[in-house]
Amino acid sequence: MSFVQNFPFFSIILCLLCAVVTFVAGDRWGRRLTVALLSVSIVLQGCVLWFCAHNNISYAYMMGHFPAPWGNEIMAGVLEPLMALVFSVVMLLSVLGGMRHIEHDIGDGSRALYWVMVDLTLVSLLALCYTNDIFTGYVFIEICTIASCGILCARESGRTLLASMRYMVFSLVGSGLFFIGVVYLYSVTGQLLFPQLLETVGAVWQNGAYRPAVTIAVGLISTGLAIKSGLFPFHTWLPEAHSQASVASSCILSGVIVKGYAFLLIKIIYRAIGPAVYYATGVQNILLVLGLGGMVICSVSAIRARHLKVMVAYSSAAQIGYIFMGIGMGTQVGMLAAILQVINHALTKSMLFLSAVQLSDASQRHMDFPHLRGAGHRDPAAGILFTAGALSMVGVPLFAGFIPKLYFAQEAFSLGWQRWPVLLALVASTVLNVLYFLYTAVLIWLPQEEGCTCRRIKAHWDEKLPAFVLLALGLAMGIHSAPLTALLRQGFALFSRY
Amino acid sequence: MNGMFSHLIENYQACVAVVLFAIGMCMLLFDKNLLKKVIGLDIMDSGTFLLLADRGYITGRSVPIISDGVTDMAHYINPLPAGLVLTGIVVSVSVSALMLGLTIRIYNKYHTLNMDALYLIMSNRRKGGRI
Repeated sequence: MSFVQNFPFFSIILCLLCAVVTFVAGDRWGRRLTVALLSVSIVLQGCVLWFCAHNNISYAYMMGHFPAPWGNEIMAGVLEPLMALVFSVVMLLSVLGGMRHIEHDIGDGSRALYWVMVDLTLVSLLALCYTNDIFTGYVFIEICTIASCGILCARESGRTLLASMRYMVFSLVGSGLFFIGVVYLYSVTGQLLFPQLLETVGAVWQNGAYRPAVTIAVGLISTGLAIKSGLFPFHTWLPEAHSQASVASSCILSGVIVKGYAFLLIKIIYRAIGPAVYYATGVQNILLVLGLGGMVICSVSAIRARHLKVMVAYSSAAQIGYIFMGIGMGTQVGMLAAILQVINHALTKSMLFLSAVQLSDASQRHMDFPHLRGAGHRDPAAGILFTAGALSMVGVPLFAGFIPKLYFAQEAFSLGWQRWPVLLALVASTVLNVLYFLYTAVLIWLPQEEGCTCRRIKAHWDEKLPAFVLLALGLAMGIHSAPLTALLRQGFALFSRY
Repeated sequence: MNGMFSHLIENYQACVAVVLFAIGMCMLLFDKNLLKKVIGLDIMDSGTFLLLADRGYITGRSVPIISDGVTDMAHYINPLPAGLVLTGIVVSVSVSALMLGLTIRIYNKYHTLNMDALYLIMSNRRKGGRI
């Protein structure tokens, strides 16, 4: 066994240790430790990704001394470390970009605990990426719920508390449905580890006696994860939660956490249920319809928003619709496009939240559209970042957002009855995106209104640089996507080979 | 129809578990009182634990602790579901504690536990467009 193969386990344990140390280290050292942890996590995930891609392997790593099917395992192929790498990069850049606002928004007494919650969020996301056991998946889903609620409610305002409560209610309904689905699947198969589940579910489905039970279990698991991801019509918690948090938390909640659940669902479909059985249950059709509905209806809600952060948050709900549309297409290219959308949205949405708050800073901390007029002139760097993010969200070529849309559109032509609904929803959603994103992008570059007391502000490059790195990564993805898609294809081939 | 009814009677524990889950979920989603939401969460989780414990129990077998030197596995029930229930309880307690913590902070700030009243207060206090 190569030493690199220990890295997924090391990164999970390191996060847990770091969370404990941060708890006693206080704010200053906690912040340094968390930044160091995120940086180390990037290196470790990068090494695992290189190892798996170079050797074209996926491997199971036994945790403890009990072999399968009794013990616990983690699994690494190409997709797992790739997603863990994307999540670590986005979290690090979000934390660095939102550092000044963390110091402003979160009280001195709570800031050390905030870093603990960031560490726990990272550990739960890494575990969701690497787990090979569905019950471990449930436990880390709940840890992720608790940690993400912590980073949300750390900003001590009344609205944030209410948003946190609403977030918890929906999130716990999602976790509950996922848990009862897992229990139901366990009662049918007697297995919890993915490889054994895959084998047993296939045999049970062939047998025919428990098909309704498997369908119900798969439906409950999918619905639970869809609610936690904020898929329409379960998205009502999302705009409030993502817009009320401190900006680093907004980036992490919107760019990373909801994607963790979507990736877990893709992993369960391939590793635990099997794509053939999953598509035979018909659950993907429900996800497709909800995804299409979300793409259009959440975009309409974004147009109606009067607050920039709320508009960006509604746009997240619409973009999550794209991810579930990809899953619901029922093809491997659809899944590939869904993962591309996960990566695109993680990079672009974090950049949009960072630039939106910087534009607000240049408008005397106002977030409503009339006050934002001319904000691009007052803070040109933030204006450029927001405009680039808006172009990416619309799906303009050379930006990251173009690539998944291209794959979705191409794959739509190979579908049956889903072809026209998918194409129509893609067109409608793109037009709506143009309306609200380009409207805002134009508004911030209009001349400032007469009598406006807003002045050009001093640029804080420590918070702009991470956003520019996000922009560079998005552009790299948009201009030269071939290596990324090749990696994804290799990852799906390893998923199917297992 | 008779077959379905006899199946339900035969699996009455699982039916009770599903009913508990549904009651808890409805309370969590639709009740206006924050404390009742937390109670609903616990009822929902209890339903899942009951289902898990029921699926793990086999009539006529004993707890998985070797007694009287009997090592035949057919004599004992599977210990895994009990372990899962215990893990689930730990998770449930943590989440309930967080919900109660949030409830206390909301009550200290607004002196009400009613969600409708809280949203009313919020909409009255909202200042246009400020973060």
